[in-house]
Amino acid sequence: MTGPRFDFDKPGKYIGQPTKRGDTKRLLRGRGKYVDDLTLPRMLHAAFLRSPVAHGKILSIDITEAKKVNGVIRIFKGSDFIDVVKPYVGVLSHLAGLRSPPQMPIAIDRVLWQGEPVAMVVATSRAIAEDAVSLIEMDLEELPAATNMETALDKEEPIIHSEYDSNLSWERTVDVGDVEEVYKRDDVTIVEKQFRFGRHTGVPLEARSIIANYDPSENQLDVYYSGQAPHMMQNIYSKHLNIPEENVRVISQDVGGAFGIKIHTYGDEFAATAVAKIMERPIKFIADRYESFMTDIHARDHVVNGKMAVSKDGKILAIEFSDITGIGPFSMYPRTSAIEANQILNLTGGPYVVPNYRANSRVVFQNKNMMCQYRAVGHPVAMAICDGLVEEAAAAINMDSVELRKLNLIKDNAYPTTTASGLKLDDLSHHKAINKLVEMMDYEKLKDENNKLRNEGVHRGIGFVSMIEITNPSPAFYGVGGAHIASQDGATIRLGAGGGIHVSSSVTEQGQGTNAILAQIAADVFGVNIDMVQVTTGDTKTTPYGGGAWASRGAGIGGEAVYLAAEALKDQVLDIASVMLQSKPEDLNISDGNVVDIGSDDNRISLSDLARTVYYRGNELPSDMPLELIATRHYRVTDMPFVFTNAAMAAHIELDVETGIIKVLNFWAVEDCGRVINPMLVDEQIRGGVVQGIGSALYEECLYSDEGQLLNVTLADYLVPMAAEMPEIHVAHIETPTKTSVLGAKGAGEAGTGGAPAAIINAVNNALRPLGVTNFQIPMTPNRMLETLKAANFK
Amino acid sequence: MADTRTITVNVNGEVHTNTINVRKNLIDYLRDDLGFTGSHVGCEHGVCGACTLDINGETVRSCLMLAVQADGTAITTIEGLADNGVAGDLKKSFAEKNALQCGYCTPGMLASAIEYINAGGNADKDKIRRHISGNYCRCTGYQAIVEAIYSVAENGGN
Repeated sequence: MTGPRFDFDKPGKYIGQPTKRGDTKRLLRGRGKYVDDLTLPRMLHAAFLRSPVAHGKILSIDITEAKKVNGVIRIFKGSDFIDVVKPYVGVLSHLAGLRSPPQMPIAIDRVLWQGEPVAMVVATSRAIAEDAVSLIEMDLEELPAATNMETALDKEEPIIHSEYDSNLSWERTVDVGDVEEVYKRDDVTIVEKQFRFGRHTGVPLEARSIIANYDPSENQLDVYYSGQAPHMMQNIYSKHLNIPEENVRVISQDVGGAFGIKIHTYGDEFAATAVAKIMERPIKFIADRYESFMTDIHARDHVVNGKMAVSKDGKILAIEFSDITGIGPFSMYPRTSAIEANQILNLTGGPYVVPNYRANSRVVFQNKNMMCQYRAVGHPVAMAICDGLVEEAAAAINMDSVELRKLNLIKDNAYPTTTASGLKLDDLSHHKAINKLVEMMDYEKLKDENNKLRNEGVHRGIGFVSMIEITNPSPAFYGVGGAHIASQDGATIRLGAGGGIHVSSSVTEQGQGTNAILAQIAADVFGVNIDMVQVTTGDTKTTPYGGGAWASRGAGIGGEAVYLAAEALKDQVLDIASVMLQSKPEDLNISDGNVVDIGSDDNRISLSDLARTVYYRGNELPSDMPLELIATRHYRVTDMPFVFTNAAMAAHIELDVETGIIKVLNFWAVEDCGRVINPMLVDEQIRGGVVQGIGSALYEECLYSDEGQLLNVTLADYLVPMAAEMPEIHVAHIETPTKTSVLGAKGAGEAGTGGAPAAIINAVNNALRPLGVTNFQIPMTPNRMLETLKAANFK
Repeated sequence: MADTRTITVNVNGEVHTNTINVRKNLIDYLRDDLGFTGSHVGCEHGVCGACTLDINGETVRSCLMLAVQADGTAITTIEGLADNGVAGDLKKSFAEKNALQCGYCTPGMLASAIEYINAGGNADKDKIRRHISGNYCRCTGYQAIVEAIYSVAENGGN
């Protein structure tokens, strides 16, 4: 350490401020660089013939007519990839027992889900490629399909993979304390509910997109991809296409939303990349909306039977549940499709003191599109189970649910501690959060209003959730299980000759504002105006090695690496300045682009003059002086497997008992993501997340027929939240910095999506309970509500 | 029946004459033939609003219109929006309120917002929400977009 460290106790010029994002300038002028905006010389376009059935044997594929279409260059079948692509398997060693067979990009003998690619046409335009796809004659023998996850383990059901004894992919049980002992007591109240979570998907507005280009002269593969984890994909393409890792470059420029959808290995994208290598020319594949609904990973298809025991005075004594989830015919590569179930086992009850906990999850194969990690993986299910049971228990013992929460939430001064499932928790603030929440929403007044309105036939409800969110993961998430997924991230910062700095980071930007917060941190910590900071992310060739964007890690891990690199670059500058200025480095600082004297703040030399001296007139400096004006630092979380955040949220809804329509009147969120680097961006992360959570609770569901046909593949019949249905969302923060880093930032990207469904479910049931009915199935569509209301007791 | 036709359109003040396939959508013509990639394709069935743009003063879903139908028209895409006036105010307001995250819905959202202000839309959040309910945004939760349009409406639309 040579110069003064950044002082977080003083207000930063940028850190903690609602600084505008530099990227908006480009995006507001139509100058974004999304994958589909890019055209390469001699580029060809891909379209896919996909399986029309959930399970079938491919008897023949006749491409005679398709080949005749003017503009069709080549047509590929599954067998064409056997010598090119090494099969991939979606398992992780730390999920003991998880099994899934090898996958290939395109089906070879058998199709296992509707939408699975079976042939790929390469043509001079997408339209021509689609023309040709429609002329391919495929003869299929339809086979019996196992589509229903709840019966997939039954003996009568077809076993999808004959090498296995059943359709079970993975199972895990957690058993802590002794729930049976609790049930034997006669002074406990037990509530039981079945929770059903609909299968839904991420629906980023920009569909999955890829352009792959291969240059045989250098054995170089370049992949432009709309995605979250360039280095992960670099490793995957290298490993499975047999190209040295350093010869694979993966570039993510502007990404039109991702939400966890764009971090997996999809057959169509893999095929496009492999064909670029085979044909030695650029191939573009842009999924259309039908393909997005059919083949983007789905999530959250869970049926959970849950149980909670509370004492008469409202203490939670036990939580128990069994979960079943169907993941499609394979576990997705490389993150696997068992993580969501694992998270549910890990997280349920996490905000509370839960002395006895027993939970089981079964992950089963089925003939449907694959399920995998989508924003807030597992959280919406885990939070809805526990807080749904909390509200049921409170109603059963006639206690206000906020009171019951306060009795059981882990005390703010009780950290570090662990969840019932054994995860380490620290630096959380559940009590502060819920206290602030009830104050912010004026809970008592709202309750009185609801009671009055109920007498007038207006059915309103208030629902709460207290939650935790996994952020800033350590290698415990994937690395320990053998996945080549980095949990550390790096940042390089260099001083330019003009006095500006260039930050290059391995975390990525999909609109969250990652680039902006990295610039804020670099500008404040190093000491320049933010206009003098350029940020590069999303390119394996020009950024340090790292994980990218997942599990809410951009600010906490990527930001910390930038903080460390900015301090290191500052030390380099002050060392050089001290020689040039004949001062001690500890007497100097950098402020507004100048080296200044500490105390007086007098300018001694501008950064551009200093840089120019080093770069152009090195003869003026001592010959043994280090010339580095570039620093790289990496950061990983070492003290904990994950850095948890917490939040308390509440929804206020009105249920129209005639139509079954639920209107969300208001939503409040109090969130603790540690140090807030940019409140404007964090608030909008929370709001966007809440809206996705409301969508899943009220509207969104991938509907399959019993035969495994997806019935809603357009935005006209898969309903997403639009502006008119959404409420004002009021956001407040508590800042409990994590002790694992200097910056103290935790993640904020997934809390809204993780918590909002539980708040909505609880609000609707708060409106239903006086009518003598409840419903714990999402989405809570008007039809489901009307069905529930058939048994209602209207006084 | 000829499957191509020659059309002339004015895009952002530039006149373009091209012979194109009659089945081509306007959005594909603008993006692929002319290189105006600012307008985006989201659903190709007229629901998401990402491809919304201005033709002769009307907002149009350019994925639901054939390029040949645009023959003889004047089209304004996001690349052609002025930095002053209503468009300029909205762009400034969108940046200040962070009314965009990934930016993919932004060209269509701006086109709808300009339509709202130009039609004399007032500073009423419910009306603004209804007006932009043909534009899907997965990132923001809409509130910042509503506030950005609201603040321009509040200042008299210019």
